[in-house]
Amino acid sequence: MSDTINITLKVWRQKDRNDAGQLVAYEANGISTHMSFLEMLDVVNDRLEQAGQEPIAFDHDCREGICGMCSLVINGVPHGPERATTTCQLNMRHFQDGQTIVVEPWRAGPFPVLRDLIVDRSPFDRIMQAGGFVSVNTGGSPDANAIPIGKKEADLAMDAAACIGCGACVAACKNASAMLFVSAKVAQYAHLPQGQVERYDRVQKMVAQMDLEGFGACTNQYECEAVCPKEIPARFIGEMNCDYLKAALKA
Amino acid sequence: MKLDSKIPGGPIQEKWDRYRFDMKLINPANKRKFEVIVVGSGLAGGSAAATLAELGYKVKCFYYQDSARRAHSIAAQGGINAAKNYQNDGDSIWRLFYDTVKGGDFRAREANVYRLAQVSVNIIDQCVAQGVPFAREYGGTLSNRSFGGAQVSRTFYARGQTGQQLLLGAYSALMRQAGLGAVELFPRSEMLDLVVVNGHARGIVVRDMITGEITSHAADAVVLATGGYANAFFLSTNAKGCNVTANWRAYKKGAAFANPCYTQIHPTCIPQEGDYQSKLTLMSESLRNDGRVWVPKNQGDTRAPGDIPESDRDYYLERKYPSYGNLAPRDISSRAAKEACDDGRGVGPIIGDKARGVYLDFADAIMRLGEDVIRDRYGNLFDMYQRITAENPYKVPMRIYPAPHYAMGGLWVDYNLMSTIPGLHVLGEANFSDHGANRLGASALMQGLADGYFVIPYTIGHYFATSGQKKVTTDLPEFKDAEHAVRERTKKLISIGGKRTVDSFHRELGLLLWDHCGMARNKAGLTAMLEKIPALREEFWSNVAVLGTDASLNVSLEKAGRTADFLEFGELLCRDALERGESCGGHFREEHQTEEGEAKRNDDGFCHVTAWEFTGQDGNAFHVPNKHIEPLEFDNVHLATRSYK
Repeated sequence: MSDTINITLKVWRQKDRNDAGQLVAYEANGISTHMSFLEMLDVVNDRLEQAGQEPIAFDHDCREGICGMCSLVINGVPHGPERATTTCQLNMRHFQDGQTIVVEPWRAGPFPVLRDLIVDRSPFDRIMQAGGFVSVNTGGSPDANAIPIGKKEADLAMDAAACIGCGACVAACKNASAMLFVSAKVAQYAHLPQGQVERYDRVQKMVAQMDLEGFGACTNQYECEAVCPKEIPARFIGEMNCDYLKAALKA
Repeated sequence: MKLDSKIPGGPIQEKWDRYRFDMKLINPANKRKFEVIVVGSGLAGGSAAATLAELGYKVKCFYYQDSARRAHSIAAQGGINAAKNYQNDGDSIWRLFYDTVKGGDFRAREANVYRLAQVSVNIIDQCVAQGVPFAREYGGTLSNRSFGGAQVSRTFYARGQTGQQLLLGAYSALMRQAGLGAVELFPRSEMLDLVVVNGHARGIVVRDMITGEITSHAADAVVLATGGYANAFFLSTNAKGCNVTANWRAYKKGAAFANPCYTQIHPTCIPQEGDYQSKLTLMSESLRNDGRVWVPKNQGDTRAPGDIPESDRDYYLERKYPSYGNLAPRDISSRAAKEACDDGRGVGPIIGDKARGVYLDFADAIMRLGEDVIRDRYGNLFDMYQRITAENPYKVPMRIYPAPHYAMGGLWVDYNLMSTIPGLHVLGEANFSDHGANRLGASALMQGLADGYFVIPYTIGHYFATSGQKKVTTDLPEFKDAEHAVRERTKKLISIGGKRTVDSFHRELGLLLWDHCGMARNKAGLTAMLEKIPALREEFWSNVAVLGTDASLNVSLEKAGRTADFLEFGELLCRDALERGESCGGHFREEHQTEEGEAKRNDDGFCHVTAWEFTGQDGNAFHVPNKHIEPLEFDNVHLATRSYK
């Protein structure tokens, strides 16, 4: 197999929030298959800049799959074709010579485009502000080993806590539902003794904020789970619905 | 400028307790009258902003990412140290203190390190109370593991995502305060200058990265928690956005910069593959608990690793450091890898003129423990390695090589974490205080949270109670002048219209620093750098191409501002490395080594902190900065040659 490929990119370009935007084609030749997808975009941008054209704006930061900043829809799939992989860790060896690759921003009403491939994900912060915490102040906490937590429950909490808040779940859902994101945070605390006191209050507040931000309802098609780079299971949505129902009954 | 560390008197065990009593307090009803600006939302900044808001102060928190949850603390994998002694294996506050001072090669301030070890235990309690899902044993108690540079198991972890979970804990506390209206958040905002009024830090100038708008913010104190400067090397394990700009702006406004030459090169990173490389990926140091590091015994041995028999392998860490073996501290492990590759025994792709990689082999551990146990311990790290390299580390040894990772140096701070500018406090990696010349694994998370949760909430109150400063507004000329300067600089960057991209300058600077101020440094190389860097800077300001406008989201412009600051900072980094005529920790001067090639400290000449004071510039040429010295006294830990043999 050759170590370099030639590809055609069709990239969403949009000047700002109010611009209509359009797909623009770029030829990207001589791309090393060892590159990451974002390194490929770096190369394209370098060539654009040398030609006096403004580079393609995209969100990225850690480039090791944990900060949740990168956010591209690649050939229709958030974070591209590889399972359990963020865009920054997607490698060009998964693409073929001569292939056309369409690159778009997250597409969801609550995530407006700010420029090119960059969207505004601040609704996630506001959902967290509504209840994504345990209400403890710094200081005065009991010894860490004073609350024993079984390994199984601790592991489940960790499975949920692994969410990186990238928003791929929303981008994959035709209803732009944020339920996988919200349920992951709800489940983390629901599986820990520290989260019990505010458990039912929390789920109500976070869901209310989620609705207020304009995210849709779950379609039960689990596209969110399929694209989640951290493989957060959709079963947490079921757990959240259960807690939400209990909360309604308690009230 | 006078460096007064303000270390309290008394025995080291009692200093912090006594000092907490001696500090002046602010009445709860008066706290809301004081405003604090926090720049950065990582472990240090996020925890500080949340805790100060809980106390009642009015807080504004600024960060360049789109959410506070994305600060680069999130990428820390391995763990966080705490002197809990849950394993009953002989750990104590004193031992953590001792290990940290020794690990830092006796170039850290004793009193600060002792306080760090003391509050380490509170951090774990706090994080558990927040719902941080640390790893647990079947009985429900917390699990620990060992880490480089320690012989006890004191590291708490959450799979390979400890930094993420701790940061999400601090972030949840911060979001709670934001929801309560106690903290105002400024995402996608970059601090471009510090404003000093009447000698005190009173505000900042920021650029809104979406609209390009430049605005000022006034407060009663400024807290910088803006991380380290390893991205000066271009290729590092830091996030792409990490930069020295906030620290550098503060330096140019009068904050002393301490020990910039102390940079940490992390031994276990995935090696560079090609020229297009944008960053290097760290593989957690915890892998060295079970992996064995080796290279072929003979030069030019190109056999596949599985075909090289035991007799033709050199397990060089185990050979050179039998008592710590593969768990030797980071600086020592990194240098040993470089030595093996310089000797032509490296493996993997040729970078420059030599193969730059060594094996990290799990075959023995898999044989001893089974693949399932190894998968349980490191599964996500192995997956990540395979995603990037397309090699299966369960079958083929990993290839690793050192990469710039962390900055021990930073803005000089006293015991209160206040810089030489009154009112400007510096936390976490951005300050210089606790790690000396080398940081031990799992200690960065500890320091960030110690500073943010348990130190600054006390010391900032004392500052407010004693500083006697009047309220200021952004109408003052100091603010207008700073804003004007920022606008002029931004306009200038856009108007140059040169031929080279920003990244090409940054890459060139990075390679120069890596070659001459990386894992090994010498006088000739460093002296030459003091001419090469200014020349590159000169070319940058006449030939860089920054496209687009200043009144919109402009990634080129963001990178240009940061690279311009790295081009200035790089000179100070090399100057400090040249000035320190000894080898210690991450600073290895080839002229100063033992016959066996180990670092040779010079305690008579250099048992001190070097803090640099900005003295002005003509155009792009800097005046020689003033050098200040804070002598280090070791009353509790005996100055000794560090040995891990």
